[in-house]
Amino acid sequence: MIVVDKLVKDYGSLRAVAGVSFKVEKGDILGFLGPNGAGKSTTMKIITGYLAPTDGTASVDGYDVNEDPIEVKRRIGYLPESSASYPEMTVLEFLSYVAEARGFNGAEEINKRLADVIVKCHLQSVQNRAIETLSKGYRQRVGLAQAILHDPPVLILDEPTDGLDPNQKNEVRKLIKNMAEDKAIILSTHILEEVEAICNRVIVIDQGIVLVDETPEEFKARKPGAKIDEIFRDLTNKEVLA
Amino acid sequence: MKQFLPVFKKELFGYFRSPVGYVILIAFHLLTLGLAFYANFYESRQANLSVLFRFLPWILLVFISATGMRLWSEEKRSGSIELLFTLPISVASAVLAKYLAALAFVAIALLLTFSLAFTTAYLGNPDWGVMLSGYLGSLLLSAAFLGISSLCSSATKNQVIAFVASIAACFAITIGGAQGLIDYIDDFAPTALIDFLTNLSFLINYQTLTIGLIELGAVSLFAFFTIAALAINIVILKK
Repeated sequence: MIVVDKLVKDYGSLRAVAGVSFKVEKGDILGFLGPNGAGKSTTMKIITGYLAPTDGTASVDGYDVNEDPIEVKRRIGYLPESSASYPEMTVLEFLSYVAEARGFNGAEEINKRLADVIVKCHLQSVQNRAIETLSKGYRQRVGLAQAILHDPPVLILDEPTDGLDPNQKNEVRKLIKNMAEDKAIILSTHILEEVEAICNRVIVIDQGIVLVDETPEEFKARKPGAKIDEIFRDLTNKEVLA
Repeated sequence: MKQFLPVFKKELFGYFRSPVGYVILIAFHLLTLGLAFYANFYESRQANLSVLFRFLPWILLVFISATGMRLWSEEKRSGSIELLFTLPISVASAVLAKYLAALAFVAIALLLTFSLAFTTAYLGNPDWGVMLSGYLGSLLLSAAFLGISSLCSSATKNQVIAFVASIAACFAITIGGAQGLIDYIDDFAPTALIDFLTNLSFLINYQTLTIGLIELGAVSLFAFFTIAALAINIVILKK
């Protein structure tokens, strides 16, 4: 579904991503781990077509991000890191805008879509409120709602549970897991237990390089008995690793 | 281009979702009417809108820079630009949609000053052709100003910088033909330079339209600046 091949991204003289390659198939939930500034968000932004790579390619469903950005964008639901939106719009206004921009037309179809994601993301109680008045948790869920609105085959979620309380985190994880069957999902996170809870693959990236690409079980087996946090610390504190 | 309409609609309604749009419209209206009366709209006893069009370029310069400054810098600052450009929308149609929504907002502001035109028609017997040509000129001038303003906005995250840069750029291209400046440099500057400045000046070309002459040169100058600014705007955003 998603093929990333030797991706490189330079910001001026800084190399943020230095030759990242991996594949994600339908049914996969890929946990993207790494310290801040490791290149996670940059890689995700390239896959969504928002940033152009300096070198290498990324493709979604056979469409190259550079050549067919619009086709790629149609197939992706993306939750940006900042869960950015338009603060003065109400939740309903915002989601209808996204639905229209995604090419849905006709009030009936749009309403059906909105009703679906509003229930899934538990936004009923705030649907008529301006986004700027919402708490971080709700804003995050609005971001998630816009990402899944068009039922995309690929989901790219940049820290989807960031800012949520433990119950909401659980809720969002369940939601992601339930959608996984017929989607390819990449999510970045700092919370290692999250990877254990929902992902079937782990990629650890540091300084723009993929250090680890394996299953959570293999990842845990690296240091039996140790907490997953420790393994992560060991990996990312060293310069280079296998 | 199919996704043009949702963005256009969202942007245009966006001006009226917060008080900002109303405040800008009211301020613009009070300022234009205030200056028209200050310039003896009634006392001059002329059935035309010359008092309005005399000040309008200078008011538009500020008003449009204030309207255009947030177009892209706000999206960049808040990060919503990421959302916009991960929707299946091309950069060109997003630029055009936002630009035309802002232009529609400016057109609403210009329409409000029709009160003066109707007053003139009620009190006297004005030449509607000249008045409408003046409005066409105002709209073309606005279109070019807004293109420049949108371009400035796309180059920075900071609305204040976008605002100041837009005013400076619009001012520079407008003042070129102002009489005071021409008189001043007349003594030492070569004629070619003066011709160049006056031919390029928004002010001179605008004045041509306000006296009822719809000249191809004037129209194409504004069109050229608008299209060039938007094209650069698209290039900047694609980077």
